[in-house]
Amino acid sequence: MIRYAFGRLTSLVISLIVASVVIFAVIEVIPGDPAAFMLGVNARPDTIAALRAEMGLDQPLITRYLAWVTGLLRGDFGQSWTYKTPVSELISDRIWVSLPLAIFALGLSTLIAFPAGIYAASRRGGPGDVTIMGATQLGVAIPNFWFAMILVLIFAINLRWFSAGGFPGWGNPLLAIKSLTLPAIALALPQAAILARVMRSSLLDMLGEDFIRTARAKGLSARQALWKHALRNALIPVLTIIGLQFSFLLAGGIIIEQVFFLPGLGRLIFQSISARDLIVVESVVMLLVFTVIVVNFLVDLAYAAVDPRLRTKA
Amino acid sequence: MSRNLIIGTVLTSIFVALAAVSFVWTPHDIETLDIPNKLQGPGGGNLLGTDHFGRDILSMIMMGARTSIAVAVVAVGIGMALGIPLGLLAAARHGSLLDELIMRGNDLVFAFPSLVIAILITAVFGASAVNAIIAIGIFNIPVFARLTRGAALPLWERDFILAARVCGKSATRISVEHILPNITNLMIVQGTIQFSLGILAEAALSYIGLGAQPPTASWGRMLADAQTLVSIAPHTALVPGFAILLMVLGLNLMGDGLRDWLDPRIRVART
Amino acid sequence: MSLLAIKDLGVSINGTAILHDVSLRMTHGEIVAITGESGSGKSMTALAVMGLLPRGATAAGQIVLDSTDILRTSETDLCQMRGNAMGMVFQEPMTALNPVQTIGDQVAETILIHEKTTKVEAHDRAAAMLARVGLKLSPTRYPHELSGGQRQRVVIAMAIALRPKLLIADEPTTALDVTTQARILDLLRDLVREFDMGLLIITHDLAVVADVADKIVVMQKGRVVEAGATQDLLANMQHPYTKALFEASTHVVSLPEAKPSAPMLSVQDVVRDYPITRRRLRGPRPMFRALHDISFEINQGERLGLVGESGCGKSTLTRAILGLEDVQGGEIRLDGQAVFAGKRPNLAVRRKMQVVFQDPYSSFNPRHRVERLITEPFHLLDSPPTGQARQAAIAKALGDVGLTPEDASKFIHEFSGGQRQRIAIARALIVEPELIIFDEAVSALDVSVRAQVLDLIAELCRKRPLAYLFISHDLSVVRSVTDRVIVMQAGKIVEQGETEAVFANPQHPYTQTLIAAAPQLPQIGMVV
Repeated sequence: MIRYAFGRLTSLVISLIVASVVIFAVIEVIPGDPAAFMLGVNARPDTIAALRAEMGLDQPLITRYLAWVTGLLRGDFGQSWTYKTPVSELISDRIWVSLPLAIFALGLSTLIAFPAGIYAASRRGGPGDVTIMGATQLGVAIPNFWFAMILVLIFAINLRWFSAGGFPGWGNPLLAIKSLTLPAIALALPQAAILARVMRSSLLDMLGEDFIRTARAKGLSARQALWKHALRNALIPVLTIIGLQFSFLLAGGIIIEQVFFLPGLGRLIFQSISARDLIVVESVVMLLVFTVIVVNFLVDLAYAAVDPRLRTKA
Repeated sequence: MSRNLIIGTVLTSIFVALAAVSFVWTPHDIETLDIPNKLQGPGGGNLLGTDHFGRDILSMIMMGARTSIAVAVVAVGIGMALGIPLGLLAAARHGSLLDELIMRGNDLVFAFPSLVIAILITAVFGASAVNAIIAIGIFNIPVFARLTRGAALPLWERDFILAARVCGKSATRISVEHILPNITNLMIVQGTIQFSLGILAEAALSYIGLGAQPPTASWGRMLADAQTLVSIAPHTALVPGFAILLMVLGLNLMGDGLRDWLDPRIRVART
Repeated sequence: MSLLAIKDLGVSINGTAILHDVSLRMTHGEIVAITGESGSGKSMTALAVMGLLPRGATAAGQIVLDSTDILRTSETDLCQMRGNAMGMVFQEPMTALNPVQTIGDQVAETILIHEKTTKVEAHDRAAAMLARVGLKLSPTRYPHELSGGQRQRVVIAMAIALRPKLLIADEPTTALDVTTQARILDLLRDLVREFDMGLLIITHDLAVVADVADKIVVMQKGRVVEAGATQDLLANMQHPYTKALFEASTHVVSLPEAKPSAPMLSVQDVVRDYPITRRRLRGPRPMFRALHDISFEINQGERLGLVGESGCGKSTLTRAILGLEDVQGGEIRLDGQAVFAGKRPNLAVRRKMQVVFQDPYSSFNPRHRVERLITEPFHLLDSPPTGQARQAAIAKALGDVGLTPEDASKFIHEFSGGQRQRIAIARALIVEPELIIFDEAVSALDVSVRAQVLDLIAELCRKRPLAYLFISHDLSVVRSVTDRVIVMQAGKIVEQGETEAVFANPQHPYTQTLIAAAPQLPQIGMVV
């Protein structure tokens, strides 16, 4: 187990390093002269030169890269040149909207999908299964931001159960969660549809395996065989999907924020793109990718908890 | 031929037809604004109503279909053209450094959701339909590479591959003559699914302004414009949304139907 | 007092009748074997007794286990009987266990479902049961850490944990090595004696049946064609199918005489190492030696047998001889030329060798037609025949194996297992090789089909000088189709010699164990 975890950890570090190199290359190398790019075509040469000096662009690439990376590790994300404030300040408020939203949505998605998928698999071919399959077919086809708009139309504007947008801050946790509820539902339902289908098909695959036949021969009923034997084995492929889902939820959340006017990372990114503030874009993208890689690492560890074959590999 | 396949093919064909027809004719010209006629509900001269600039929504849907299909097709094309050979290569050289590199490369790209790739590209190159294609296409490459490799590996264990090796055939030749024909069905089905995901991705990117730029019509853009008008003119939001829903639903049903028709044992990846 | 009485059992699946009027009786402490070829309905009968028929199946008749009619018992009550009054062991031990649960847990589960006892007690009893079936491993192990034979023991332990009255074993040893098979059969016999259990064993292997069963039931196409006490039935077969079945099992192929000739294939001191996963980060990569100094020769027109159990290195040796993999020591030469020549295989040598594989369902690309399949070896020729010459070659190859030229345009799924092996032989023959390697080529075939294919091979030997390496775990088959034989164990050749000599008078202890373990079918008085 230790060896496995160590292996995954090395993988994580290498992925982070390569990802950071890719991001650095795209942002700082491809535009040619990042300073000129940021200031635009009408900038004066001396302004450009000043910005270049400020950003340390005259130094060799390796030095700049290492400076950036060591800065990240210290928590120093650079200085936004549009807002003239440290990027870390800009991010820290906003990440406390985007991250909880993604986690909330992940929780909802799993909570809905697991029972639905298990129920559909256990009643295969029956009316319950057909209904759930129909619902998921619809769910995977629905664009989540449009779904969000419809939710706003029904629940905020017509029924007035929720506000149509905005975020009151974490001062009042219950209100904060309430304002994240519609967005989380909008994000969660399409992903839940995908997850339910995967759960169902994974479970059905397991139910056809030999060891289920052995379990029935021991005297377990079909239901007992499903819960005690099939389910845990079926979780293994489902875990992969959950890991991937988190990255989609994080990205999807960024889009959903537009519908609900949430002050998350989304708005920061889009404003920075319009303002050509490469420094902010660079750091935020790195942060997003970092989160995704870490979550996948955690999923890998979860695999080992579920599947003993990974723990005691000869 | 299952019901899924028929319904799916019909739905998809409707949109493809709308897109095709839009090259020759649309009920109204979408580039001329007609403010006095704005926000009309469905009926009369405008079958699906007008938007906030008085443009005919049906015409915009037709032009938008063009954008969605073009972006999705090319993006899936990129994914298949680069992903399938990579997957075949990795499987043929299973266990080698090359295989390891390809797998790691896949994992790396998976760490960047298409949105993030789109952000990176548009930050540097600006927003456009082409950049949306590239962003979605890049994400499709590891999808197909991983799927191809996963399907090819068990085939390499089969005796008929060993027989081909005994007959002196090289790994490349075997990949093309023996492996590829046996995974074609899976690729067709997955391609359909990826196509539907591409439509959704394009809509999302257009919605936040990172996709096709006006005056090119796109369904996502239409939804962004309609957002503030949802309560006063719901049709501006409902119509493009339903268009996306129906097109994606049609493709998914077609994909499921194709899978059942071609080979019920195929397992599709839905990520 | 009868333990199990099956009366006029009929089973249909989705309207198609699978079993017709099957009847059977057995008592406590009796071993009854149901035998027959694939499609005979033996497994379906077993599943019916357990009440585990597949979806869409309907059953008629009676299955009375100790005064309970299985077919008229509710599913809930059946769940109580399974694992308790009756247990079942299946064919594939490698996939029969839940990979994420320890073996102790899985055996204890049988106890916990049926009896009100504490977890600790159940685990103690489970551990005792595992020891009883001869497993000297901790119950905290996981299935993937066990071999096939060991897993089968676990499955047996699960099935008998509560001392059922009836144990059903469906091909329990088919997937196992000969020596392991012998041990598992001994175990089953012991358990029957100790528990006074009835054992219903399903097997296609008539030798096993003769060895183990008190009573034999022969099935064909869903019907019982003959049944009786073993000795009586063997001495006095009535039904033509039974006679055909036994004849095929003891079929002796008449090989043409082997003429003395020049050496063709020479394998000298071959060593093959595989790298295995590292334990430490530094130092040399640990290696596993799959072949140790293997040396033997095959002369032109000679038929050599290779016998060994799984893990002995047969497949490694096959790939090395075919030139598919390089060796780390020694040489393999065909007609003086090395078979492996760096990155580019030596085609001139390759075209003199071909191979026929074990699994007729995996040896062909399902998307190609037969004519394309059997002409694949033409890739080895400098100028492969085209047009008329090609058609002629295809027709000849198909004719030689007993098929017609019309079969060339069909797809492989249109053929049965036996026919596919014929096509595989056609593919091997089409470039007129000097050596064919038959890698367990008849092991996956039904007994009667096997006899036909062996006859085909013998006939081909008569028509042309054919040398082959016949690899098989089935000693009786090897004995009938080879002139000389090699016995391998753990990557070494432990014995070599003329076939009859080795079989009649084995020198090496391993060979002796192997021959002793292989169940023998008595040579019954047959009409020759």
